[in-house]
Amino acid sequence: MDQTLAIETHHLRKVFGDKVAVQDLTLDVRQGEVFGFLGPNGAGKTTSVKMLLNLVAPTSGKGQLLGKPLGDVTARACVGFLPEHFRFHDWLNASEFLHLHGQLYGMSDAQRQERVSKLLDLVGLAPHSDKKLRSFSKGMLQRIGLAQALLNEPQLVFLDEPTSGLDPVGRRLVRDIIRDLKSQGATVFLNSHLLSEVEITCDRVAFIKHGQVIRQAALQTLVEGQTAVELRVGNLSPHIVAGLARWGEDVRADSDHVHLTVADESALPQIARWIMEQGGSLYAMTPQKLALEDLFLQVVGTDGGL
Amino acid sequence: MATWVIARLTFREAARRKILWAALILGVAFLALYGIGVYFIHREIQHSISSQNLTAMRETFSFVLMAGLYVVNFLVVMMTVLTSVDTLAGEIASGTIQAVVTKPLRRYQVVLGKWLGFAAMLALYVALMGGGVVIVTYILTGYSAPGVPRGLGLMVMEGLALLSVCILGGTSLSTLANGVLAFGLYGLAFVGGWIEQIGSLLRNETAVNIGIVSSLLMPSEAMWKRAAYEMQSSLASTIGMSPFTSTSVPSPLMILYAALYITIMLALALRQFSRRDL
Repeated sequence: MDQTLAIETHHLRKVFGDKVAVQDLTLDVRQGEVFGFLGPNGAGKTTSVKMLLNLVAPTSGKGQLLGKPLGDVTARACVGFLPEHFRFHDWLNASEFLHLHGQLYGMSDAQRQERVSKLLDLVGLAPHSDKKLRSFSKGMLQRIGLAQALLNEPQLVFLDEPTSGLDPVGRRLVRDIIRDLKSQGATVFLNSHLLSEVEITCDRVAFIKHGQVIRQAALQTLVEGQTAVELRVGNLSPHIVAGLARWGEDVRADSDHVHLTVADESALPQIARWIMEQGGSLYAMTPQKLALEDLFLQVVGTDGGL
Repeated sequence: MATWVIARLTFREAARRKILWAALILGVAFLALYGIGVYFIHREIQHSISSQNLTAMRETFSFVLMAGLYVVNFLVVMMTVLTSVDTLAGEIASGTIQAVVTKPLRRYQVVLGKWLGFAAMLALYVALMGGGVVIVTYILTGYSAPGVPRGLGLMVMEGLALLSVCILGGTSLSTLANGVLAFGLYGLAFVGGWIEQIGSLLRNETAVNIGIVSSLLMPSEAMWKRAAYEMQSSLASTIGMSPFTSTSVPSPLMILYAALYITIMLALALRQFSRRDL
């Protein structure tokens, strides 16, 4: 497989007047991976995606999309994009809409016929192919928008909040589509606030705050070594609680419940032994993998949003 | 090619807009009224003026035809501006442009396609309406005006001048501001045209110069005057004062200038849209 990075950026920067929207965007996305882009509102996520897609010209810095410089027209033939606030020519019906975008991709008539009917089936909108987009619900619009992004069998797909308007069935559909894309070797760049979705689908994530990437890592390594533990202890004494600080952080206790975060599973039997040696009665010990949401708040901080 | 895809889309979109249908229905209603009016005028003339005085008859019908074309001219201007004013501005504001511009095409193709789509719609409208007035007149009175293709062509150029300004405005301004600009320039040219007329009658050089400057800023009125000139016999255009006679007819150079104006406005629009952040 081609080792070219799907996306590569070096210090991309965007300034609007005297407002710095993106300070320093340096990241890389490998081909075939599902990449999550996370950050609070106003962090510069949308502007970053716009710079990658040539909607906005960077003030400085460089970048590459599928090995070609940003703004290259031919690279965009292999790219699909579902905007966050998608709006389409709503007087077209679903089929005409897909044909229009297929033509804009430069697809031949035969190609288009095949792909349009296939994609309408895929997103479950085949029975609505003759209905005008203006009669579509938000969920349906999002699905047709997704179909539009997949028309030209793209190598790289940008999804900006793709599941925000969808019901659980729709979200499952998007997840399945992302999984299929990945199995075909395509790359997915996902902007999402729904951290539970990102957790399920992404391989690597980057956290962006104040226009800068502050952490970029594989999802596995991020959540690894972070286990939250919930304990229910009878005869809980302050002495027991204080001693727990040896194995974990962020120890919180109230009445008979204790919460703490441990670095490693091996701490668990030691904690159990400690509690019992000190005269406590251990009724329950429940380890939980740290949710991405907690991690997000930890990395980004609660002051990040606008 | 992307340009043609966009042009076809624009034409289709313009064709289904309510404004266009209103312009068409108004146009057809006008044609009907015009036809009725011409019919009665024709009948009266047959009775009052001796049929020997062909010249007077011709001049009367020429006047009536020009009056009809003047209304068509107005409808064309309205239709052109009102349909094209928000084609870019609206799509940029709503974000519809995003999924289009991120396709493998160059930005200028989007602007050019839109311009071509509206230009085709404009030409069709002038041909239908203007041609309609000419044909109705001919059928009812037997009068056929000179230089009709050239005249209608100049009316199309007038529309293109306004269209090009609307497209350019749409790359940077909101729909409302764009509309104000377009109608403002048209009004400027209109008033300037009258000032020039009066100035040339009273031999006031300042007034004439004001008129010339206004027609340089927007050659719409100059194009109409030239069109009117082309479609009347030389006698009629020197008699009397009406919206379609001129003591100072725009020179053929003005046509060249208008073509240049259209080209420059369009080129600026292509450039501006290629650079702006969306």
